[in-house]
Amino acid sequence: MSALTKITVSPHIHSGRSTAGIMRDVLIALLPATVAGIVIFGLRALLPIAVCVVCCVGFEALFNLIVKKEQTVGDLSAAVTGLLLALNLPANIPVWQCVIGSLFAIIVVKCLFGGIGNNLVNPAITARVFMLVAFESMAVAAFPTDTVASATVLSMEKAPSLLTLFFGNYGGAIGETCTAALLLGGIYLLARRVITWHIPTVFIGTVFVFSWLMEGFDAVSALSYVMAGGLFLGAIFMATDYVTSPSTSWGKVIFALGAGVITCLIRYFGVYPEGVSFAILFMNILTPYIDSWTRHKVFATGGERV
Amino acid sequence: MIMAFSLRGIHTPHRKNTVKKPTVRMDAPASVTVPMSMHIGVPATPTVKVGDLVAVGTKIGEANGKISSNVYSGVSGKVTKLTEYLTADGTSSVAVVIESDGQMTADPAVCPPAVTNREELILALRESGIVGLGGAGFPTHVKLDVDPARIEYLLINGAECEPYVTSDTVTMLTRADDMAYALGVLGRILGIKNVIIGIENNKKDAIASMKKMAETVTDCTVAVKVLPSVYPQGGEKVLIYHTTGRKVAVGKLPIDVGCVVLNCTTLAAIGTYLRTGMPLVEKCVTVDGGAVKNPQNVIVPIGTGIEDLLTFCGGLREQPAKILYGGPMMGITVPSTAHPILKNTNAVLALTKKEAKLPKATACIRCGSCTNTCPFGIAPASIAIAYEKKDTAALQALHVMSCMECGCCSFVCPANRPLVQTNRLAKQLLKEEARKEAEKA
Repeated sequence: MSALTKITVSPHIHSGRSTAGIMRDVLIALLPATVAGIVIFGLRALLPIAVCVVCCVGFEALFNLIVKKEQTVGDLSAAVTGLLLALNLPANIPVWQCVIGSLFAIIVVKCLFGGIGNNLVNPAITARVFMLVAFESMAVAAFPTDTVASATVLSMEKAPSLLTLFFGNYGGAIGETCTAALLLGGIYLLARRVITWHIPTVFIGTVFVFSWLMEGFDAVSALSYVMAGGLFLGAIFMATDYVTSPSTSWGKVIFALGAGVITCLIRYFGVYPEGVSFAILFMNILTPYIDSWTRHKVFATGGERV
Repeated sequence: MIMAFSLRGIHTPHRKNTVKKPTVRMDAPASVTVPMSMHIGVPATPTVKVGDLVAVGTKIGEANGKISSNVYSGVSGKVTKLTEYLTADGTSSVAVVIESDGQMTADPAVCPPAVTNREELILALRESGIVGLGGAGFPTHVKLDVDPARIEYLLINGAECEPYVTSDTVTMLTRADDMAYALGVLGRILGIKNVIIGIENNKKDAIASMKKMAETVTDCTVAVKVLPSVYPQGGEKVLIYHTTGRKVAVGKLPIDVGCVVLNCTTLAAIGTYLRTGMPLVEKCVTVDGGAVKNPQNVIVPIGTGIEDLLTFCGGLREQPAKILYGGPMMGITVPSTAHPILKNTNAVLALTKKEAKLPKATACIRCGSCTNTCPFGIAPASIAIAYEKKDTAALQALHVMSCMECGCCSFVCPANRPLVQTNRLAKQLLKEEARKEAEKA
């Protein structure tokens, strides 16, 4: 037994965390919102969910096969993208549009930039924005015509009650209306240390304060602005995407602050009633810069007693 | 002395299973292989030849120059061979092979040194063969050979933050008297006033033992600082910061901020030598890991083969994936079980495939875990990108030279990127670059 084969450098143990494990946690955290969406919008909501998940995973697998890259669908990130995209779509969206959206998210935004870890912007968010611009049916998510309610809260004359907003029984995209379910998922992600509190809290907090000021210090009205639209889904699940958000706490705070302000600017002064997706997309682009401005100060590199 | 923040770190599994088991002394092995290089610095020169008779405490290697260390025999018997020895880190030196007579007779020349002043103390320490036993192996007499007025704090490192390893804990539990004796002499002769013993809070018994010991020392003030069990609490710069609030910059030494750091086992060895004259000839080694049948702390003569030690611990229950010198976070893989226990070996771990399983490396997902767990706030993921491009300016700007190679980044990385490994390569690149620059100039 004197000759051993394996010589490696330290460390010799690992925490056991993995990309697939993190993505699995995100899928689990999205489960309450998914179920809520199906309950609120009916079984028809299952179709876009299934199509987006299958297409996203399928397109990534296919892409890897064609360009002879190592298969990466096992890391579950494509499944997360598919589910997130679906939760951002209205329940009655045509299937072919789901396919196009998935293609855009996975192939254009993710794979062509080098696959997981190399995309500049969040695939699901970018695909949502692309679909919003390209397809009329997407307006349902922004200005609904035929779902449960007649319009998203943000484009309605009279907002639903806070309770309705909390439980999500109103019009919008499949996964964005039920604040309670999204909160539950967020708490799970925090408990599992997949995300930190910085981005969701600062993002939502900024929107609350901005709306509170704009609504003449009316807290109830500000709360309804916070719970309406895609803010919780965006702030908890999309803005916290590792690849496209800053690494350090201060970076996350700046990112979330920017996203909150842009969201409100679009909501109050833009042509669209909702601005969460645009805001996250915009901050995604700034992320490399925020990262380089907000690196940790390295220990003992200045001002020390020597 | 108030720190704004504690340095970051990680929660590793503790796996300190051996601490509850009795420490046993191994019988004299049939032979020992004692390398002349078990320290940082120039290898010692052998002072024995084949056929010479030696006893426990007989000098077999003479320190060579200032930064070097004497080497002594840990068994009694006959020198049978002077052999070329390839260390685990790839350098080679001479090793003296001694066949033991099984008697463990002490050398009659061993007697306590007369130490009345600083010069005599430094000389005695140089004679003792003691080097930094926490792992670095830096000769202790060199470390203490500074203007005593500069030493504001003597820090005793009892953090022992590596998983599995408990030999320092055993020292603090069983050799408190040696430690107290050493502190008394250092306090008296060097005029050291403040001593802080840093211990992680998962070692309640050791903390109690050290607090009791502290009360018996009258020549200096000894405080016990209980530290959170966060790896790498025992890293020298981390310990200095968490006990004194002082920061040691790259290229500076602890003494530059008024500190000298000694591992607790080093301190105990100093006590033993000053009290009895017995130089550093044996080590308490934690033998653990899932592949070991009977994990325990064993006191062995330096030079004992790892194979003999493992056999003493009941052998292996399965073929280990790796055998390590030291803990799993910073230990070195042993190339072969024929390798001996060295002065600075505090543990031998035989890890099973399951324990040593490292996931496959995948793409970086920019989660920030590496920089958010780095005790020094370095950004390993960015360093990896700069290293790929061999961008030395960027590597400088990212302060890669500050990396102490604790391995937190690699441990937490969900993509299992070789981060600390790349930091090492990047540091090497910068060092080579600096050398080339120096040659040009």
